Amino acid sequence: MDMFGKKPVLHGATDLPVLLPAAARLSATAKKERAAGFPLPHLKARHGFWLLAILLLSAGIAEAQSGTPEKQSAFAALINWAPVMLEGFVFNIAISFLAMAIGTGIGAVLGLMQISLLPPVRGGSWFVTQFFRNAPWLVLLFFCMFLLPFEFNLGPVTIPFPDWVKATIGLALPVMANVSEIVRGAVKSLPSGQWEAAESLAFTRRQTLWEIILPQCVKRMLPPWMNLYAILTMATVLASIVGVSEMMTQTGRALAAENRPELLIPFYSFVLICFFAYCYPIAVATRRLERRYQVKL
Amino acid sequence: MEAVYDWFRVFYQDTGINLTFIYDSYDRNRLIDGFFMTIWLSVICLVLSMVIGVVGAWAQGARSIILRRVVAGYIEFFRNTPPLVQLYFFYFAIGSILPTTENRFGFEEPILGNFAWAVISLSFFAGAFNVEIFRSGVEAVPESTKEAAEALGYTRLQTYLYIVLPLAFRVCLPALNNNLVNLVKTTTLAYAIAVPEMLYMANQIWSDSVNVPEMMTFLLIAYVFLVGVLVWFMNRWERSMRLPGFG
Repeated sequence: MDMFGKKPVLHGATDLPVLLPAAARLSATAKKERAAGFPLPHLKARHGFWLLAILLLSAGIAEAQSGTPEKQSAFAALINWAPVMLEGFVFNIAISFLAMAIGTGIGAVLGLMQISLLPPVRGGSWFVTQFFRNAPWLVLLFFCMFLLPFEFNLGPVTIPFPDWVKATIGLALPVMANVSEIVRGAVKSLPSGQWEAAESLAFTRRQTLWEIILPQCVKRMLPPWMNLYAILTMATVLASIVGVSEMMTQTGRALAAENRPELLIPFYSFVLICFFAYCYPIAVATRRLERRYQVKL
Repeated sequence: MEAVYDWFRVFYQDTGINLTFIYDSYDRNRLIDGFFMTIWLSVICLVLSMVIGVVGAWAQGARSIILRRVVAGYIEFFRNTPPLVQLYFFYFAIGSILPTTENRFGFEEPILGNFAWAVISLSFFAGAFNVEIFRSGVEAVPESTKEAAEALGYTRLQTYLYIVLPLAFRVCLPALNNNLVNLVKTTTLAYAIAVPEMLYMANQIWSDSVNVPEMMTFLLIAYVFLVGVLVWFMNRWERSMRLPGFG
């Protein structure tokens, strides 16, 4: 009882005015995230609601434009074509996975070469990195599409090189250069005391790199790496310009088959929404990780 | 110059490396036009995206929650969708519902052409990044500096224009340069809606003279050179703008 004769609002067993519900909620979330090993995306129902609202609105605009009742409504047409377009979207994701894997693999090696002690190795890898980082993605894609052979002859074995493989390689090149920069940046961002301490403990350079420096770098590299993945996923649509049948190409085909200008807005909105639904959670998770791993000064 | 052109003609006969864009005046002019179109597109988009960035960062600091939500939505939308699809959406989808006008030959013509749509789309795309960049710069300006400006009788707008922006600009210059480089690289997307920039012109040339490897190599080197010069210049500028002891 306080001096006004009112009982203060309390939670739980304690009589201290603590904010138990929030604390309990936060600790539950923290526990879940600790179990998962990474921050969970906090998608709420309203996010889905907004996406649905945009889609319905755009379909509604098309509806109002079309006017003629005997034709299939815009929304029905979208439902009709959605499987084809989503099939293309899955292809986009597959290309992005593959390009990311190739790019990360080669890029990590290139990044380590950039911190080599041998000047020619360091200079060469620096040049390759800068070259592919400064070239536009679309030009690299064109380069690979036109200049890679459609098959490789290795004696008796012929390895076919379909368009999508060439596109994947074309997208993997800039990813490689960016990963290389991420690796170099992460290694450079560590305080030099780490290197010196390791040296004083008689670690060789190789041991220092593998057992001390790189494990600490993984944490720093994760947010920019995820960011790069989101950028890559959005760049996979470029493959439609060079004729790979991914989502944008499929959408174009669907629109050509329907040949109704009022379908343009809902169909393109659908593509935008698909990519947004895929990339936005990645962006949110990246920001959370960044905040969590931030070095407090 | 004629001697140089002739040398490249002989070079083609001797080696089979066909650099039409050097010795053929028609191809050369096309490529030069494309090069300037790329630069022109980049400059217009740069200016517009900076305006969007400044206005957006200002709106994000506004008191109205609706305004802040709208800006946040704009940023998230443009950052998390492919720029190519945005371009298609603007050009084909929105362009199709705009009214058309009659041109001087009596043909129906959309009021906004492909160049205008490329400018709009790319500016909004780059602008979404600029808002965040400017905001972080504005936040880096110490509160005490703003309070001092207020004590001197500056209004909110005046504080923003004369105190906050000049300081914030220096803080965000590295990120801005990064975004500018990205913008120059993104102008190649305008190829998809037939804006005659460098990639498009190169495509025309290699379609005519069937010299794909030469043109592709030239394009790669040209873009890397263009971006390299830009990066070098911007780094110098960054160093010259640095305020000792700040940022």
